[in-house]
Amino acid sequence: MTSLGLSKRAAVVDNTIRASAGDRVFMVINYVLLTIILLIVLYPLVYTLSASLSDPSAVITGKVVLFPVDFSLRSYEKIFNYPTIINGMLNSLFYTVVGSSVSVVLTILAAYPLTRKDLPGRRFFTILFFFPLLFSGGLIPFYLVTRDLGLVNTRWALIIPTALSVWNLIITISYLRSSIPEELWEAAQIDGCSDIGYLMKIILPLSKSLVAVLFLVYAVAQWNQYFFSLIFQTNPDLAPLQIVLRNILILNKIDLGMIADVQRLADQQALQEQLKFSSIVVASIPVLMLYPFVQRYFVQGLTIGAIKG
Amino acid sequence: MGVMRSSETVQPAISVRSATANRGSLNHLLLQIRRRWQLYLLLALPIAYIITFAYIPMVGAQIAFRDYTVAGGVWGSEWVGFAHFERFFNSYQFTRLITNTISLGIYLLVVGFPIPIILALSLHQVQTLWFKKLVQMVTYAPHFISTVVMVGLILQMLNPRFGILAQLTTALNLPQANAMSRPELYQSIYVWTDIWQHMGFSAIIYLAALTNIDPALHEAAVVDGASRFQRIRHIDIPGIMPIATMLLILNFGNFINIGFEKVLLLQNPVNTSVSEILDTYVYKIGLASPTLDFSYATAIGLFKGVIALLMVVVANYAVKKMGQESLW
Repeated sequence: MTSLGLSKRAAVVDNTIRASAGDRVFMVINYVLLTIILLIVLYPLVYTLSASLSDPSAVITGKVVLFPVDFSLRSYEKIFNYPTIINGMLNSLFYTVVGSSVSVVLTILAAYPLTRKDLPGRRFFTILFFFPLLFSGGLIPFYLVTRDLGLVNTRWALIIPTALSVWNLIITISYLRSSIPEELWEAAQIDGCSDIGYLMKIILPLSKSLVAVLFLVYAVAQWNQYFFSLIFQTNPDLAPLQIVLRNILILNKIDLGMIADVQRLADQQALQEQLKFSSIVVASIPVLMLYPFVQRYFVQGLTIGAIKG
Repeated sequence: MGVMRSSETVQPAISVRSATANRGSLNHLLLQIRRRWQLYLLLALPIAYIITFAYIPMVGAQIAFRDYTVAGGVWGSEWVGFAHFERFFNSYQFTRLITNTISLGIYLLVVGFPIPIILALSLHQVQTLWFKKLVQMVTYAPHFISTVVMVGLILQMLNPRFGILAQLTTALNLPQANAMSRPELYQSIYVWTDIWQHMGFSAIIYLAALTNIDPALHEAAVVDGASRFQRIRHIDIPGIMPIATMLLILNFGNFINIGFEKVLLLQNPVNTSVSEILDTYVYKIGLASPTLDFSYATAIGLFKGVIALLMVVVANYAVKKMGQESLW
């Protein structure tokens, strides 16, 4: 509210005093610069979308420049008939929903007690949770622990070892500190509220947007995750979408025989290249659908984190 | 006399009282702990998690000083002291890995740090609200693309047959080039695509700082006839200086931790001489080679971890010295 009012005031000042020639030149350069940045960011995205909607041979011969050439939805048809991708999507959906839920619960379980000033040993526990940000045992000992727990080649390997992000814990703690006044606990205590009761009945209902932020942050990270599947899972049935994409996009491993009866080598190559574009689009759609919310909440989450109590 | 006696009687009284006070505060603490048992119950699961997946691996890092065998495990394998570290320092890979890691980190810092600031300053000048929102919306978007998709996108864009680069060189009648097969371009490709992906998102924090600047400063400057450029130079830049300094120093302390997933995905047989960094090498030695050498890989990882820790400590000390808000 206040910032809106203030910027209006600044705008009034800008309008009442006539802009000098130098300022006008400056503003023109500024708009040009931003437009160039806009186009640089936008172009690869538009190109990818157009290529995925074109005819394979148009893509591979470089005819697609901005808009789709010989519009066709064939590659999407192929993608959705490719069992490996469907399987990867279902796996990713599972990892994202279950993993993010586990992560949100764990983060709140850790954050709430750490915001309570009357927790004996609070400083010790805070250091216990934050120190791993500064130093870690490294990849191999982390792998060995996961392996010794019998998590390798299970679905849990993508959910448990990376369940808690300390950065998100920091965001959660600063949010709770800055948005929930301490007097509330004092009042609740007088009314006979227990520690757990206070979390369930007061804090959580007041922190719905925080829970949404946390869930989205964890969900995007889970959906985009590939490395832990690479090291923890060798069974292709468990592979999340990103691993499937890695095979298609980067290792050039795609089993065309499963989806098309293309005989000519040139056609095969064309189809393979085009499938890359459509799989990029398909993999990004869930995140892009969430994007309006994600963007707002991410920005909110970032500014929450920046306040630092 | 009377004074003496009174002091004699007072002294023991004090010590008795402090003893009971000590016992009392201990009892008080125990009482407090008992009273707050529900909080400990809530903390139990997260603590179990952090001990299992952060502290046990720290203890497990001792295999850097042992010769890890499957039979011996973490605690039973034979001690070899600093043998793995010596082997690493003397290997032909050492200089190359350090050079690659540091040069990529510095490149990323030098280019990646100022650009979001410039973007934020520039966006802050825009008064056409829809245009500002549009630029923000579009530049944030790539941040949410996964690393795998991002690298796939880079490979498609740089494809020597139909990518943007190929179309550009054809249009300008320049010789065709496969950028991914030229090792000297690897770092530039990594850094500039990283900027493409994250500059908008990194600008958010500076935009937040810019909107917090007191508008009275701008009003006064306008009245005094300051140009836009002068106002940026003397109001906006000093306004974001504190947060920029802090981020710069923290990034500096963190620059050895490059996003190695992307480094790994962008690797190909032609560019490993420049693209192999400490983290990717640890992964290859420890988890992706036919002869898994856990101890050697752990030693290299530990070496990097200790350097990273030192750099954060130094960076934090520097932040403190500059009177900025520090990490601890």
